[in-house]
Amino acid sequence: MSRELCDLPAHELASLIRKGEVTAVEALDSTLERIEAVDGRPGSLENGQSFPEDTERVHAFITLTAERARFQAEEVDDKLKTGEIPGPLAGVPFTVKDIYTVKGTLSTAGSKILSNFVAPYTATSAARMEAAGGVMLGKVNLDEFTYGSSNESSAFKPVPRNPWDPSRVPGGSSGGSAAAVAAGEGALSLGTDTAGSIRQPAAFCGVVGVKPTYGRVSRYGLIAFGSSLDCPGPVARNVTDAAMMLNVIAGPDKRDITAVTLPVPDYTAGINEGVRGLRIGLSPDFFKISYFNSDTGEVEEQPLPDEIKAVTQRAADTLSDLGARIVEHVPMPHTRYGIPAYFVISRVEAASNLHRYDGVKYGYRTSDAVTNLKDLYRRSRAQGFGLQPKLRILMGMYVGAAQYSEQYYEHALRLRSKIRGDYDAVFDTDGEYKLDAILTPTTPSTAFPIGDVFGDSVLMQYADQLTVTANHAGTPGISLPAGLDGAGLPIGIQLLGPDFSEATIFRIGRAFEMATENDAWRSERPKVLEDII
Amino acid sequence: MSETITREIFDHMVELAALELDEAEAEYLRTELNKQLQAIEVLKAVKLDKDTPIASHGVPYTPEISAQPRKDIIDPFPNPEEIVALSPETEDGYLIVPDIPHEDVE
Repeated sequence: MSRELCDLPAHELASLIRKGEVTAVEALDSTLERIEAVDGRPGSLENGQSFPEDTERVHAFITLTAERARFQAEEVDDKLKTGEIPGPLAGVPFTVKDIYTVKGTLSTAGSKILSNFVAPYTATSAARMEAAGGVMLGKVNLDEFTYGSSNESSAFKPVPRNPWDPSRVPGGSSGGSAAAVAAGEGALSLGTDTAGSIRQPAAFCGVVGVKPTYGRVSRYGLIAFGSSLDCPGPVARNVTDAAMMLNVIAGPDKRDITAVTLPVPDYTAGINEGVRGLRIGLSPDFFKISYFNSDTGEVEEQPLPDEIKAVTQRAADTLSDLGARIVEHVPMPHTRYGIPAYFVISRVEAASNLHRYDGVKYGYRTSDAVTNLKDLYRRSRAQGFGLQPKLRILMGMYVGAAQYSEQYYEHALRLRSKIRGDYDAVFDTDGEYKLDAILTPTTPSTAFPIGDVFGDSVLMQYADQLTVTANHAGTPGISLPAGLDGAGLPIGIQLLGPDFSEATIFRIGRAFEMATENDAWRSERPKVLEDII
Repeated sequence: MSETITREIFDHMVELAALELDEAEAEYLRTELNKQLQAIEVLKAVKLDKDTPIASHGVPYTPEISAQPRKDIIDPFPNPEEIVALSPETEDGYLIVPDIPHEDVE
């Protein structure tokens, strides 16, 4: 099929709209047509039964807000007609992961317990995108409360599928975001990343995903999972778009004390300056996974698949050819403890955050007859939460309990210091390595088939092994497409940098993009797009 | 597989968590909890100095980048009725709940 307006990168589309060559309404119509062609039924609590055609569709959306979007698009066009500049995202259609509140829209977190929750206020990052001229298309699906790496745990069925192969997962938890961006259903999406939830689905769906430094983007209006780990961030089709989106959403916010006051640079300004002189590390600790085998009870070490290693090495060679200094054998020895420590820290925070859902203040309340308030809590939570929230509540309570806290929670928090220490050591400008960034594969596998991992909560968590340490450390990371595997599935590479070094990792990512823009794999398109010719 | 979380401990936690589970859910969740605990066991092998600090977050919040606590001035939500209206049952601006049981704390 030919490229439509909805396939254009955000910065190109915004530029065409600003110049008057295309209207925001035309861009919206093109995107709505694409959604109609590829998305299929939206996620719903009532959609339990599946139909054969469901298996060929993307199902990114829970709530499509087409009328609201049309109003916004017309507003952008009206502003342009009167000579007003509508902002850097002028007329760019975008989606929002349904873990953010947007006033007047259903904001479900993919959970039955919030299935009727119409938010009374808008998350700061979503509000900033709209204020910058972005056109919000609606809310996209995710793992329930973001708890998963495949989107299969959402209470809203059918769950999203991978546009490159709809028999496979899009990754998660920002799976609806990554699938939508890959399939032309909005050029940008607002995702969240607590252990890799932006970067992993971005890698699986062949798009760019950014986890900014913790504190770079306000968490106000983000329905909380792990409050010390959650990072709002961009999902986009290329590095420039991601940088442009971060320009819009980053910055201090009086409603979030953890949003830092550091000025926001223009991330697009030096993006084409290349990598000459930059020091980029390769760490053997990111080329293997230490995986706990519950059948044997042993921790097993496995190398990554050859195709993923080869794509990452090729990216290193490319960056070297461009003038970067590749530093090998960089030690990141605590990487292997990222997932076990995360099992403790994130669960304690999740359990704390989930206690607020009680069937009283908002959200789902049981319709069963109950005799007292305790029964109301119990019954509403039992019926409203799926298995993954229940698992996190119980795990968080256990490892955070007073008698186990020292053994588990405090120990994990001390290990978090050691994980952070790994990053501090290699980025230290007076240290041995003096790195500007670390290059790694984003994921230990490409997108796995639907149903293959779901249900095994330990195995599912290990999908985040190469991304989670940046969440512990708070440092930024980006995943960008770097090739396809033998089955035609996208492979992502990841760049990790020191605190607030987003401009540098964008620069490296953009250099890689430019150097590989004529590679054969870049002309391949997701299968769902080929199917609608 | 070891069963650190016995059925008794599990049932106690379910009670504290204000949850109810059917038998199949309980079995699945207890199995997964024990698997996760096993995965966590690997942490115990890491010997840490007593002076290794606790990190409650990764990024150091230096005064230069930290937001100041807001002033203690009331900034009311413009439309509190909207918030109250989110409750499944209300009356005259109050949230309605069933009987609140009396419990003696031991």
